[in-house]
Amino acid sequence: MTIDVPTTRRALPQLQPVSFIGADGKTTDVPTDGLTVPSDRTLLGLYQKMVEARRFEAQVTHLTRQGRLATYPSAAGQEAIEVGATTALAPNDWLFPTYRDTAALLTRGVPVTEILSAFRGDWHCGFDPHEYHTSPAATPLATQTLHATGFAMAAKLKGEDACTLTFLGDGASSEGDTHEAFNFASVWQTPTVFVLQNNQYAISTPLREQANATMLADRAAGYGMPGLRVDGNDIAAVFAAVTAALERARNGEGPTLIECLTYRMESHTNSDDPTKYRDAEEVEHWKRFDPIDRLETHLRRAGVLDNDTAEEITASAEELATSVRDAMNTDAEVDPSELFAHVYANPRASLAKQRATLEAELAAAVQS
Amino acid sequence: MTVTALTTADDVPAPVSVTMTKALNQALRDSLSEDEDVLVFGEDVGRLGGVFRVTEGLRKEFGPDRVWDSPLAESGIVGTAIGMAMAGMRPVVEMQFDAYAYPAFEQIVSHVAKMRNRTKGHVSLPLTIRIPYAGDIGGVEHHSDSSEAYWTSTPGLTVLTPSNPADAYSLLRESIASEDPVIFMEPKSRYWMKDELSLPVQTAPMDRAQVVREGSDATLLAYGPTVRTALSAAEEGAEHGLSIEVVDLRSLSPFDDETVSASVRKTSRAAIVHEAAQFGGYGAEVAARVTEANFTHLSAPILRITGFDVPYPSPKLEEYFLPTAERILDALESWDWEL
Ligand SMILES: Cc1ncc(C[n+]2csc(CCOP(=O)(O)OP(=O)(O)O)c2C)c(N)n1
Repeated sequence: MTIDVPTTRRALPQLQPVSFIGADGKTTDVPTDGLTVPSDRTLLGLYQKMVEARRFEAQVTHLTRQGRLATYPSAAGQEAIEVGATTALAPNDWLFPTYRDTAALLTRGVPVTEILSAFRGDWHCGFDPHEYHTSPAATPLATQTLHATGFAMAAKLKGEDACTLTFLGDGASSEGDTHEAFNFASVWQTPTVFVLQNNQYAISTPLREQANATMLADRAAGYGMPGLRVDGNDIAAVFAAVTAALERARNGEGPTLIECLTYRMESHTNSDDPTKYRDAEEVEHWKRFDPIDRLETHLRRAGVLDNDTAEEITASAEELATSVRDAMNTDAEVDPSELFAHVYANPRASLAKQRATLEAELAAAVQS
Repeated sequence: MTVTALTTADDVPAPVSVTMTKALNQALRDSLSEDEDVLVFGEDVGRLGGVFRVTEGLRKEFGPDRVWDSPLAESGIVGTAIGMAMAGMRPVVEMQFDAYAYPAFEQIVSHVAKMRNRTKGHVSLPLTIRIPYAGDIGGVEHHSDSSEAYWTSTPGLTVLTPSNPADAYSLLRESIASEDPVIFMEPKSRYWMKDELSLPVQTAPMDRAQVVREGSDATLLAYGPTVRTALSAAEEGAEHGLSIEVVDLRSLSPFDDETVSASVRKTSRAAIVHEAAQFGGYGAEVAARVTEANFTHLSAPILRITGFDVPYPSPKLEEYFLPTAERILDALESWDWEL
């Protein structure tokens, strides 16, 4: 006699990452896993945003080298995920990003000064989360995955049409909060999409020392939610996968985990030396999978992108870069008394006292 | 005990015997019925009504969409509550026991405490985290910690602890209504304490300490579980001709300097009593700030009567660890009363 087992369907993601447009810019013959290829018009829009994001990353990295920003974690090479996933969101949906997801913030419409204020050292989060439906970027790894789950749960309870999308890295996927978020989201069937950016390294730790799993998307099965593995450098695949996951979420079918395979082209932040933990050959290898080059080849071949349009796109990216330089060349005003302004909603006498101390110091400094 | 009924109308029900557990339960019930955004979830808080029965009957009354059993994961509970609060809800979550809040430490200190500040005041987290704490119930390891110092040394958190049923009701209601996140510490050993009262009650505002016994020779500063201990010390002291004032802090953060200083200036001597270990503990903060504000009014050093600097002991050793009325009175003898 054997124990009765539940007959719930168990599905594991397909091994070969879903990819519509290959590294050569040609259509692949990888099974689509039921996803719909975005139209060339959509792809052209995504292309423009990726070019802008790349230019943004380059500009900021440059400014960091000049010492204008304290630190900066570039997402160069990961634009297809950042832009593709974020574009799939509806305005009412909420994004729960991490420190590396500035390209996503850009896509979400957050002004560059507000994006960069944290890295310049003005304030932890420069923007109003309610205005952009975007949570402040989390630095403690994986913590934001739970916020996204809770937010989606609230939306579900209120019957509001809002999904949440959260980014996490391969390193963050080892944190307990990731597992708790996967589990809570699946048990509660929240409208949440987990986008795992597997860029092969957590600072210097390679994937093979991070997890002994065939693929991170497999983890979804253990929590009872669908997992999907996509080519994270193919924006068509990312956009399609996230769009489909959001549709599931909106239909009340619960969360989805999407593992996006990609590579971080720059150092972790400006302060580490990637040559200590990876070789040039590997970086060269991944350059061949560049998300922007391949889409450009595809769009030109399809006749959707011509030289004029390409020039327009370059010009708009340059404009963005100029705005970044201008913003970072003027020093932000910081108001010392704001130190005390946003700690409690209910004012505290002890803080009022400390604020008075600081103000007296400042007044004395002005006089002398 | 200062207990003011909300109304003085004739239809106010006659006082009945109410346990702290019942008062907390009623506070949750009243908050849930008044505000649809209030949610209650945590480990076993639904069907079972919580291991201490504080949430008893609420799931039945408000349904599983308002009161439910969450997966067993403290960081998950607090982390998702943060997201819910960001979405405009007012979650009230339970950490089953003091030491089992530690998996949620990161979410509490890195996000609950800081969200408002990180976002320049744009995001409020009206979130209440209930933590049954402290010992004297014969609990096994990890069931009797006093973790208040961790929370009080974290800017951004409000930390409250009631010592009696009336405050339990009133403080919990205020916590849930507050725009700031509150760590609400419930003294386990006082859950079954009864008082004659009619609910709802509104006691002093949540940021105020309360003089619960008047005296003129010395002030005992206590909170949560040690208020009752301090009161018995005061009673015993009276038999020996000592007039001891007892102040129930109620709010550990913010600290009510005004009420405490007024009492200390009146009596010129103060001692703080808590169950948590002494070194680097909450009592050190109280002693320091009360001294700074009242040095010339003091005629003796401020004392701390606390648990020893050892991990919380097993049940058979509890009685040697916990501050008792005798230990308090012995400590007070160390003062040079001739001064
Ligand atoms: C809880 C926690 N531990 C350690 C760190 C320090 N840290 C910052 S980024 C990072 C690596 C994260 O790697 P991954 O999740 O793969 O994301 P990636 O940086 O590659 O985008 C570490 C260890 C942190 N931010 N939070």
